[in-house]
Amino acid sequence: MNRTLKFLIPLALFLVAVGFLFKGLFLNPREVPSPLVGKPAPTFIAPILGEAGKSFSSKDMQGQVWLLNVWASWCAACRDEHPLLMQMAETKRIATYGLAYKDIDADAQQVLIAMGNPYNKVITDTDGKIGIDYGVYGVPETYLIDKAGIIRYKHIGPLTPDILLTKIVPLLKELGV
Amino acid sequence: MKKLILILLVFSHSIFAGTAAPLAEDPALEARLKTMSQELRCLVCQNSTLADSDAPLAEDLRKEIRGQMRAGKSDEQIVDYLVTRYGDFVRYRPPVNSNTALLWFGPFLLLLIGGFMAFKVLKKQAGDGDIEGEDA
Repeated sequence: MNRTLKFLIPLALFLVAVGFLFKGLFLNPREVPSPLVGKPAPTFIAPILGEAGKSFSSKDMQGQVWLLNVWASWCAACRDEHPLLMQMAETKRIATYGLAYKDIDADAQQVLIAMGNPYNKVITDTDGKIGIDYGVYGVPETYLIDKAGIIRYKHIGPLTPDILLTKIVPLLKELGV
Repeated sequence: MKKLILILLVFSHSIFAGTAAPLAEDPALEARLKTMSQELRCLVCQNSTLADSDAPLAEDLRKEIRGQMRAGKSDEQIVDYLVTRYGDFVRYRPPVNSNTALLWFGPFLLLLIGGFMAFKVLKKQAGDGDIEGEDA
């Protein structure tokens, strides 16, 4: 082994290690990959917000591509994505259902009155049981569910125009919506 | 005095947790829950265990685990239940699979490489007794 090689090999290894660590600086440790992506969405039946006595069954969504957006009136980040959800609702491209996670009905309704209602329906998950089934650990979270009821995509944190254009819209195209 | 502390403990817990089941209801189950939740990660505050975390989600998950224990589920079944929802990340001891192979075997791999390099260098030194003098 000559001297140049002796010098170059450790340098190369060092640079590779630096490269990995540098990439690590920009990863979000809160984005834990969901094991549910590619699996059937957990089914649930739950009351609909503002429609006393009526309930929503996720099974009724079979044959439709839909978004399940987990939010709450106590969640500040949910307000960040709210205007975008409103814009999406205007296009009527995709059915969007809200899941009011561990929320008080009146508070959730208040937000929808103040900021507009982008949802086809809002389902209430007062005790957070549906949230646990979906592996929710921080609101807002958004799930894209296909016609067969399979979760195709999950986004943790507020939706952004970037996420919408680079992830969700291409998937919708793929799913024929 | 002991009784007073106990009352305070139980009482303060219910203030923080709201919906938590009374602690003293089933000591064996609580002990089992404690052991188990020390092996599980709280997804909200990722560096604490489910046993230590005061996050509302941790309380909900403890409640869920309690319910499943009462329903007669084994520890393994309950951990599986959580892993299918939150992924392997929920466990503090990652299982050996293709995703975690490097995590488990990486150190041994590095040891092998280091050992091999040390072996080469030492052999060379023993061979000619001259550290600097051979470039060819």
